[in-house]
Amino acid sequence: MPAAYAAPRFLPAGDAALVVELGDAIDDRLNERVMALDRAIAGTGIPGVEETVPTYRSLLVLYEPDAIGWAELVRRLSALLDDLPAEAPAPAGRRWTLPVVYGGSFGEDLAFVAASHGLSEAEVVERHAGAEYRVHMIGFQPGFAYLGGLDPALRTPRRADPRPKVPAGTIAIGGAQTAVYSVEAPSGWHLLGRTPVRVFDLRRPEPFLLAPGDRVRFRPVPGDAWDGLVHRVEGGEAVAEAEMLP
Amino acid sequence: MTPVLRVTSPGTLTTLQDLGRRGWLRFGVPASGAMDPVGLALANALVGNPLGTAALELTLAGAGFAVENGPVRIAVAGGEFPLALDGETVAGVRSHWLEPGRTFSLASARAGARAYLAVEGGFRVEPVLGSVATHVRSGIGGWQGRALRAGDALPLDKAAAEPGVERALPAGFKRPGHPRVRVVLGPQDDRFTAAAIETFLAAEYAVTNQADRMGYRLTGPKLEHAKGPDIVSDAVAPGSVQVPGFGEPIVLLADRQTTGGYPKIATVIGADLPALGQRRPGERLRFEAVTVEAAQAARRDLKAWLEKLPSLLVPAGRELDSEHLLAVNLISGVTDGRNGSLPAGLTPGSG
Repeated sequence: MPAAYAAPRFLPAGDAALVVELGDAIDDRLNERVMALDRAIAGTGIPGVEETVPTYRSLLVLYEPDAIGWAELVRRLSALLDDLPAEAPAPAGRRWTLPVVYGGSFGEDLAFVAASHGLSEAEVVERHAGAEYRVHMIGFQPGFAYLGGLDPALRTPRRADPRPKVPAGTIAIGGAQTAVYSVEAPSGWHLLGRTPVRVFDLRRPEPFLLAPGDRVRFRPVPGDAWDGLVHRVEGGEAVAEAEMLP
Repeated sequence: MTPVLRVTSPGTLTTLQDLGRRGWLRFGVPASGAMDPVGLALANALVGNPLGTAALELTLAGAGFAVENGPVRIAVAGGEFPLALDGETVAGVRSHWLEPGRTFSLASARAGARAYLAVEGGFRVEPVLGSVATHVRSGIGGWQGRALRAGDALPLDKAAAEPGVERALPAGFKRPGHPRVRVVLGPQDDRFTAAAIETFLAAEYAVTNQADRMGYRLTGPKLEHAKGPDIVSDAVAPGSVQVPGFGEPIVLLADRQTTGGYPKIATVIGADLPALGQRRPGERLRFEAVTVEAAQAARRDLKAWLEKLPSLLVPAGRELDSEHLLAVNLISGVTDGRNGSLPAGLTPGSG
């Protein structure tokens, strides 16, 4: 795992938080290890640990210093890391398949992305929907999932002129990443399509569809399927398909 | 009928805030909550609430309210926003019992940036993701996920506040403070030159106009990155001081995005965040580095102070008749001519 450090770094983030940094790259296996540490903490329950935030290559651990000191927390975290399998941990979480209408008014930049890579629009859709992505981390907006695993042929630098607003459900490419917009937001990414699935919806008992570590696939659907899918979503139906990873 | 607080004038950014959400950072939801939790605690203590009860946070500008349907008890603390009852300015930081039909208003801040308006028993508002705190940007929590507007009618949780003895802050009351903003260096202080760290801790910075609940952009000497201004995005702790490419620091506060891609030179300690939340554009500040252990000791001190806060309050109208004043006089050893300025019947140590 060349992206990973030989030894983890424990970095202070104030008086009640600590960063466990495992490497310095965007890398699936490094990220798997962050998730594995996160699951290990959740599984054992270190007293005084109040919240954890997994990101690409590090884990933020918020703790109550009256319940656990720095040295003891580092000792407990080191022990959990030592017990993680050295090789790629088994994937966990869920695999989601989200219906997407690509191009046209649903994905205004599909033509631009195709032209800038010398591909046809159909080839861009085929490559984008042909990959399986993993949720590297969630940030930027509530429920906004940064997805790793974009076909290198589709990497596209961000727009020089960001759009002030793109709708929730937008599927876009920014650099080497792709994402599903969770709420209406400004965006400098290239818009490929849109899903009727709400990845963040406070009306659901579980408001967040995607969790760090989940896998995501996109299933192209024709534009005339949009209204029907939106109707089903509004009726409370889960049009996203989920399966548990082994 | 439940008493209601009717908004007659909403101010610039008046939101419901408590101590913020826990457990949702991993889903990209900021903690939010009061920018000055000590101000929130003071207002709540004055009306007899648990200290983290949700209250209205006003930002720089004043606001106006009318009491409807039943009596309420209110208190305003935090920044200095002079309070007027039915147009009459009242002095002191204390609770007030107001019958339906009465109105009150807060003037713009004379000092500080945020005031907390607490009501006895709290507001009747459903928590969202475990908290009443408002995150306006994503429309989560608070009153319909947004800042208050004129005409909003906020229901109170308590059927009717009883008349009784009002509470006040004693004369000479001071909240805990420290002259500088204390930080723990890191997590990415190694991404800066030694000169940058030295500058950061020695120089004076000013709060710019880009100062809101997400964070304060500061202006002052630029800080040089040792390995460039971009890092692989990671999670952002409360009080993180991030330094983007232009070299001036940004302190990330209650509504900060949960992840960020700029190196973080230091983190403001929890004990100094409440006072920072009262800083306003143009104010100057200096940083001071402390160890994790010292930062944790300061956190414990503040926690202990908050625990004894309710016992520091005195009956309103007798603010000068406090043990505090007695102690001051005993220490000075004289009861000098200043006693002549005390209201009739108020003698230090008389009760």
